[in-house]
Amino acid sequence: MQTFSFDPVEMPPAAAKLRLEVRQFLTEHNAKRSALDRSQSWSGTDPEFSRKMGEAGLIGMVWPKKYGGHERTSFERYVMLEEMLVAGAPVAAHWIADRQSGPLLLRFGTEEQRQKYLPHVAAGKMFFCIGMSEPDSGSDLASVRSRAVKVDGGYRITGRKIWTSGAHTAHVMLGLFRTGANPDGRQEGLTQFLIDLRTVDGTDLKAKNNILVRPIRSLLGEYHFNEVVFEDSFVPDSAVVGKADNGWSQVMSELAFERSGPERYLSCIQLILEMIRELAINPTPAGLAAVGRLVAHLSTLRQMSVSVAAKLNAGLDPALEGSIVKDLGAVFEQETPTIAQAIFNVEPRTGKDASNLEQVLAFLMQNSVSYSMRGGTREILRGIIARGLGLR
Amino acid sequence: MSDISKMLGDTVNRLFSDRVTPELLTAAEEGVWPGALWKAVEEAGLTLPLVSEQRGGVGCDWLDARVVLHGAGQYAAPIPLAETILAGWLLDRAGIEPPMGPMSIACAAPGAGLHLFRDADGWRLDGVCPRVPWGDAAAHLVVVEEAEGAVRVALVARGDYHAEPGLNMAREPRDIVRFENAPAAACNMAAGLPANAVTLYGALIRSVQIGGALERTLQESVKYANDRIQFGKPIGKFQAVQQSLAQLADEVAACGAAGTAACAAVDKSLHSNNSADVWLRIAAAKARTGEGAGRGASIAHQTHGAFGFTYEHVLHFATRRLWSWRAEFGTGDVWAAELGSRVVEIGADNLWETMTATD
Repeated sequence: MQTFSFDPVEMPPAAAKLRLEVRQFLTEHNAKRSALDRSQSWSGTDPEFSRKMGEAGLIGMVWPKKYGGHERTSFERYVMLEEMLVAGAPVAAHWIADRQSGPLLLRFGTEEQRQKYLPHVAAGKMFFCIGMSEPDSGSDLASVRSRAVKVDGGYRITGRKIWTSGAHTAHVMLGLFRTGANPDGRQEGLTQFLIDLRTVDGTDLKAKNNILVRPIRSLLGEYHFNEVVFEDSFVPDSAVVGKADNGWSQVMSELAFERSGPERYLSCIQLILEMIRELAINPTPAGLAAVGRLVAHLSTLRQMSVSVAAKLNAGLDPALEGSIVKDLGAVFEQETPTIAQAIFNVEPRTGKDASNLEQVLAFLMQNSVSYSMRGGTREILRGIIARGLGLR
Repeated sequence: MSDISKMLGDTVNRLFSDRVTPELLTAAEEGVWPGALWKAVEEAGLTLPLVSEQRGGVGCDWLDARVVLHGAGQYAAPIPLAETILAGWLLDRAGIEPPMGPMSIACAAPGAGLHLFRDADGWRLDGVCPRVPWGDAAAHLVVVEEAEGAVRVALVARGDYHAEPGLNMAREPRDIVRFENAPAAACNMAAGLPANAVTLYGALIRSVQIGGALERTLQESVKYANDRIQFGKPIGKFQAVQQSLAQLADEVAACGAAGTAACAAVDKSLHSNNSADVWLRIAAAKARTGEGAGRGASIAHQTHGAFGFTYEHVLHFATRRLWSWRAEFGTGDVWAAELGSRVVEIGADNLWETMTATD
């Protein structure tokens, strides 16, 4: 049985200083957002806001300066993230590039790729999306079938990617394709490519290259993710990330950045804040007990998440701890709307005459069902934990 | 983890895994005081980790002592080790050198108080304390009371109070203690302690012990799931069992982290004199562990099937403690309600600032 630990962490003084700077930034640039907009959390998209964050040095914070980064500690980046999330700032546009694509290029990309992409990402002007899942490959990612066939000077790719958040606003897709000879190769023979999705001088490079981006509406009626179809689309050799046929291990390292961040327990923070506001006017014993319990969970999850961040910072591999944080975080986020519904006599609804509490409740009640799917399903995470316990 | 934590952890594991046997636990539940165990624990230096070296202790911080409290919970050690550690710390805070031997802490029923007063010979105590852990077996009790506008810590010897035996559900002694004009062996003012210090820090030691007992239920459950064969394979190979044991691991992790965070907050407050955060973290820890204790115990029992329902299997030594400890020094729900009131006072716009103020 593998042991797990969540040691307390002392944040460096620079983190406390940065926290105040981020709060100042948010006062200037995020004060006017409605409660409902804030509850979008890290799926709220605003390219202009991303650009302002880039100007303020809040993207690519831990990257080397020569790639436009700011060489800060990962604690400072953590503090920036949680302040953005608690303020409900619209960070989605640059989120994926900052969290995982940038670090992946720093680790596996060529010097040319780093120079080409990272400074623009750090400036808040270049956005990434991730092409991993396919219609028949969700949790079982090793079953992807979209293929890239070697041709002169590059590859021809054909296939379909799905659930691609922000493919319609992103400039680049980091996509995983099968390049190996064996179509049933599972983890072997997968390659990551940088695929250009931009529109340059009025020319849509997607259309020109047989790449079709189709919206998929969520049950809320909102448009965040897409199906992306490739048909004999060309990517040059220079678009290969890392080693050809080595995509699986690269993708796995990318997922480690995805599991234990503050976004895994703060997605429903706006609802908790609305509950507190409501209780300040009309405190009920059941309401106070419920909110106290939620804050006890929130405080505990934060300690755990910060502790995992410290391990990642120290170069350790806290895969088990990260899975525990994400599993607990999703349960916590998903029970919050149900608890709010139980203690307040309100109807979840939208519309101009609805209160902030009603609107935020309606949004999160619907949206939160996805929180135990994105970034690894509950069942997959619990499987990872069970393996850590020595049961598999 | 510090070197001293590792050393304490090794000592605790070695000593308790050797000595806290099912036979010893059964005898303790029948009223036999495990004197040899106590002597070994005291000789190993585990009883006064939080007492400064000048007063005969080890001089560790709460994060180090946490390891001992956790171990006391994990092995269900049937001695007032956690209580002695807390009593020693309270005495040390008041500048009183702790005596050797088992100690415990006592507080009056909610709403009632103890009467601490002074006569020609020194401080004396009147009042009744219900459900004092090991009140009868302890050699000394420590109480914290407001007197003459200050918080005072008093030490009372076993010969100077009456104890009526009682038990909690885990058959640990929880006795009614009566002080009748009882002379304090020592009494001093203490800075930085609230009047409800026994309840507050009592909630802290139980939170950490719950983390330990939950870890034990996980160890037992994983072992059982790997050993027990049904339908031709260990039941731990079934995904249904794996998924529920993963949830038990989640609870072990969260409850352990909640207790650890509260210990860290106490250490920090001793350097900065910010005691508001201590209250918040301890309230959060007891609320979180009070909830996790129940969920964890039920997953562990479900995994063990009928065998875990027998007295013969050791699981119940952990789970009956979990059910008792989650209620002691305030149930998780009571702490959650108080935390909720405090959070509403702080207000939605200041909550996050408060939560991050002591990073």
